[in-house]
Amino acid sequence: LAAAALWDVLGILLGGAELLFDGVKEHHVTLPSQSEPWNMKQLLVWIGQNLLKERPELFVQGDDVRPGILVLINDADWELMGQLDYELQDKDNVVFISTLHGG
Amino acid sequence: MCQVDEEYNGLLESPVASSATKKCNKCKETTAALVLKPGESLCRGCFKEHFVHKFRAMLGKNRIIFPGEKVLLAVSGGSSSCAMLNQVQEGLGQNAHKKLRFKPGIVYIDEGCLLGQSTEKRQKTMAQINSLFKMTGFPHHIIPLEMVLNLPPSVLEPVHLATDDPAGSYKEAVDHFMQSSPVHSVDPRVDRSELSALTDATNPQLIAEAQTQTLQELFSRVKTLTAKEDLLHTLRRHLLVSTARTEGYSKLMLGENCTRLAVKLLANIALGRGAQLAVDTAFCDPRYGDIVAVKPMRDYTAKEISLYNYMWNVPYVFIPSLETKTADKSSIQRLTESFVVKLQVDFPSTVSTIYRTGEKLQTASVTEDIERAPLKCLFCMCTLDTALGETSAFQATLISEQLSNVGTTPMQASLRPDTQTKCGAPCDQQDGEEHCQAQAVCCSHKGGDSMNLESLLCYSCQQTVKDMTSVEFLPQYIMSEAQRRNRRSQIRHEISEFLLTEDGDSPSIKADS
Repeated sequence: LAAAALWDVLGILLGGAELLFDGVKEHHVTLPSQSEPWNMKQLLVWIGQNLLKERPELFVQGDDVRPGILVLINDADWELMGQLDYELQDKDNVVFISTLHGG
Repeated sequence: MCQVDEEYNGLLESPVASSATKKCNKCKETTAALVLKPGESLCRGCFKEHFVHKFRAMLGKNRIIFPGEKVLLAVSGGSSSCAMLNQVQEGLGQNAHKKLRFKPGIVYIDEGCLLGQSTEKRQKTMAQINSLFKMTGFPHHIIPLEMVLNLPPSVLEPVHLATDDPAGSYKEAVDHFMQSSPVHSVDPRVDRSELSALTDATNPQLIAEAQTQTLQELFSRVKTLTAKEDLLHTLRRHLLVSTARTEGYSKLMLGENCTRLAVKLLANIALGRGAQLAVDTAFCDPRYGDIVAVKPMRDYTAKEISLYNYMWNVPYVFIPSLETKTADKSSIQRLTESFVVKLQVDFPSTVSTIYRTGEKLQTASVTEDIERAPLKCLFCMCTLDTALGETSAFQATLISEQLSNVGTTPMQASLRPDTQTKCGAPCDQQDGEEHCQAQAVCCSHKGGDSMNLESLLCYSCQQTVKDMTSVEFLPQYIMSEAQRRNRRSQIRHEISEFLLTEDGDSPSIKADS
């Protein structure tokens, strides 16, 4: 397992969340290798540093995702997957959907 | 909420550390795909069943939409209203269980002008919406917000219908429908010819540049985002109701969901709209008389809707609004939303608690008597909450406002409704007495141009108008209706000595004016 140093992740943004990412909905991302597996907490930080184009506070608040934005991992609610502690697998599919009025 | 300790303590301390292999609570077989609320996780299949059932149950339980009735769905392109459209579409399908039997139509209002969008951008959005609507096969109307400038003043007058016992008539209507139409069922596709005519008529219309400008001028006169949103909401409602009337619909379906309504409930209290809470958040909103607005999505949380749309590929178009990309504190509505949503994270019953509270609210005096109907607000068309006694909280607010302004501007007395008659309310309250008198003189020359706009509005709508630097760009239909009402009350005042009753609402006057 340790050999697979790279994690390919497909991120999808919907419901207006894409506006903070230049309007791009799909992001194919290869995460840099690190000794431990990536978890969601680290992914959020990484997204904040690398993908977010503007107004980061409208997407990440503290080290959690902004309230009102839903997260699905492989099409399942992340509340079933351990939320921020979920360890990402290769080829995981992460979806962010904003339920807020106006995105 | 009062049981907060018992219910949430355990939950807060131990976040759900369940594995991905958790089973669905309903069928106990398939892996769960989402958590509706703590302890209630469902798989995809059961979630769909639950979602569909809720929609039909909501309409079935309320018995407000009659079979064969024409219903206008207000679709903004957002997830909630598109989910509603999808449910109606599925409910009308041939093999639907508990089939819906009304005739739907769709309306979309393009508000791109307020965001300063270019014509190309607006047309692109409208084309997207148009193709979305075309797939449904329902008649649809795509209307630019500018059309609000062409509305007739009659929009602001609720139309009263003679209604019998609603429960009885519902049953009759169902029986009648069952007898008359086994052959030509209400398949919306029958209306093809009608449909094509309508789509031609509502082609991305040629909006006059001048109208776009007028609307932009109007909104640029509004100082706060709070008031802008409120004004937009008002104008949008007028346009929806008017469209429903001219196109012959008798019901208007709005896509407001549970989360949205919980936010609206709290925001409305903050906006001073307490008197209208019940009618604003209830399933059925009868304030327009002939057109009844219903909210079939009010049992769904925003999460349910977004997940449903995602899992079952319900198409929706994200359309930026005034609130898009704004900070939490940019408006009262926005701040309330972020408050509720944040609270919901730690206390998952927040939204449903607020929403259930709203369900228990009732309006104190609903007089159906047409002759004695209380005065309605010119904007929101709710019963005026300002005609209260001297000891009311409203009067106290006015007095304290007056007193706290004494030091700064002596003429704040002009705020008081009784002294307002001196000069039109739109006149800037910051100005001194001389100005007011001067204006009063010129007002009498100009005749109807100035008016007591504020006296015709409810408390909250008054606040919105106060946040505007000038009302000259308000649509004509509002101004002419305001003039008419002012004239009427003036005449009533003049002949008041000759009236037999103390009650100013005597029918004979109504007929005269």
